[in-house]
Amino acid sequence: MLRLPDQDGGSAALATLLRDEWPRVLASLVRTTGSLQLAEDALGDAVVRAFEVWPRDGVPDEPRAWLTVVARRRAVDLLRREARRSEKEAGAGIFVNVDAPVPDASELRDDLLRLLFTCCHPALTVEAQTALALRTLCGLSTAEVASALLVPEATMAKRLVRAKRKITDAGIPYRVPPVEELPERLHGVLTTVYLLFNEGYLATSGDSPLRRQLTTEANRLSALLRELLPDQVSVIGLEALLRLHDARTPARLDAAGEPIRLSDQDRTLWNRSEIRAGLALLGTALRTSRDDPDPYVVQAAIAACHDVAPTWADTNWEAIVSWYDVLLRVAETPVVRLNRAVAIAELRGSAAGLRELDGVGELADYFPLVAVRTELLARAGRADEARSSLARAIDTPGNAAAKRDLSRRVHELLRTYM
Amino acid sequence: MPQYAAIIYEQGDPDWSSLDTPEKQETMGEYGAFGATAAAILRGGAALYPTSTATTVQVEGGKGGRVVTTDGPFAESKEVLTGFYLLECADLDEAVRWAAQIPAAWKDKVEVRPVIDFGASPA
Repeated sequence: MLRLPDQDGGSAALATLLRDEWPRVLASLVRTTGSLQLAEDALGDAVVRAFEVWPRDGVPDEPRAWLTVVARRRAVDLLRREARRSEKEAGAGIFVNVDAPVPDASELRDDLLRLLFTCCHPALTVEAQTALALRTLCGLSTAEVASALLVPEATMAKRLVRAKRKITDAGIPYRVPPVEELPERLHGVLTTVYLLFNEGYLATSGDSPLRRQLTTEANRLSALLRELLPDQVSVIGLEALLRLHDARTPARLDAAGEPIRLSDQDRTLWNRSEIRAGLALLGTALRTSRDDPDPYVVQAAIAACHDVAPTWADTNWEAIVSWYDVLLRVAETPVVRLNRAVAIAELRGSAAGLRELDGVGELADYFPLVAVRTELLARAGRADEARSSLARAIDTPGNAAAKRDLSRRVHELLRTYM
Repeated sequence: MPQYAAIIYEQGDPDWSSLDTPEKQETMGEYGAFGATAAAILRGGAALYPTSTATTVQVEGGKGGRVVTTDGPFAESKEVLTGFYLLECADLDEAVRWAAQIPAAWKDKVEVRPVIDFGASPA
């Protein structure tokens, strides 16, 4: 028996332990009970029980086995109660084997993969996928998921129930997709993790431009993915990408909590060990890439160019533009064209950048596009156009802090032309 | 085994009762091929006349009340329900794989919905 440290340190350690075990125990319970909702309810109760018993009696030698058995018993109770309520024969539909062995490492891996692909099934909306991933795979409570995604708790509870009902009623299978479907399905899973990270890294709503909780959860999911699918290039690429971005976190906000742009960040604050880890992953991914590299690998390569540059001015823009050319070949989107235009502006000047922007295409009401155009107009000294573009940027939905920053910069740039 | 309705929505309210263009004949041929390929899992289905033939029925003031009929479909929209298949599949993934072979899936759209099995769930 492991004794917990007293007081707050103890309950924090307990909370961490239980959160790490949550997805693993949940995944195997979903298999034994056949229901995500039932598994969640039963495990939720088992966790409450652990919080009562463990601080008093110590943590059991095998916490996972303890949680699994307590949750299975609880699932049987819940099923019996449900059967009584709907006046079904006692025992009908109850086939949870309480005494089945606790899954070994390879069974656990399969269970987690099944749960992962179910929660990120393309028949669910991306919002539902993100919420489910946070609830089931990151072990956040409904209230925590709601606050992480800035949605009222009641709305989030409804969203989660609806998603779980769709899984059951529509017959979304608990299954790892067959090999021929794996790349596409995996792409969907990675997109969910990527969007989660992005929402934390470049928050589009809320007052803070950085929501650390979301990036932390995205990193947790990305690490879990690599544990489960260590040989998939796209998985390695995504983790490289997230770490190469995350490394800059300590330099991204000023003392007042306002965002600092990449060009103005104090690069000595960047987390060197994260950068090294990201570069190593990128190296592995590039070595295993065939003709057309995975889009996440290419994006990681671009992030790496920034991470190894001593200053913004000394960045290898030539390399970045050519990586964007590769990216356009494998994943042509207006956002990629926008980012390429930014790099072109650095390499060949703001007039060249503005010309590229004209070819970006449909991105109505996309704040970063309006912001880049505004800034390039100001840099080119086209004051009137810059001012009207700034007014448009401020009316475009986006992060309040990023808007304040843009406005300040445009005024500074225009002052130099007065 | 669960059943799924694959509901076909098409633009332009086509009339499948007369195959008066080469395109329609070709498409009908593709439906025939789908029917043959999917025979093992097909449990039913129908093609419907255009919405101009639809009558919407509503009983006012509760059961037994005045029956009001309106000419036309329940909802006017660009995409109209033109037919459906009943598929018997193990799960949603399988139903989606079959639905993707219905010609409307690439010409227009197919909605897949699980069918309630009243026999299996407590009433």
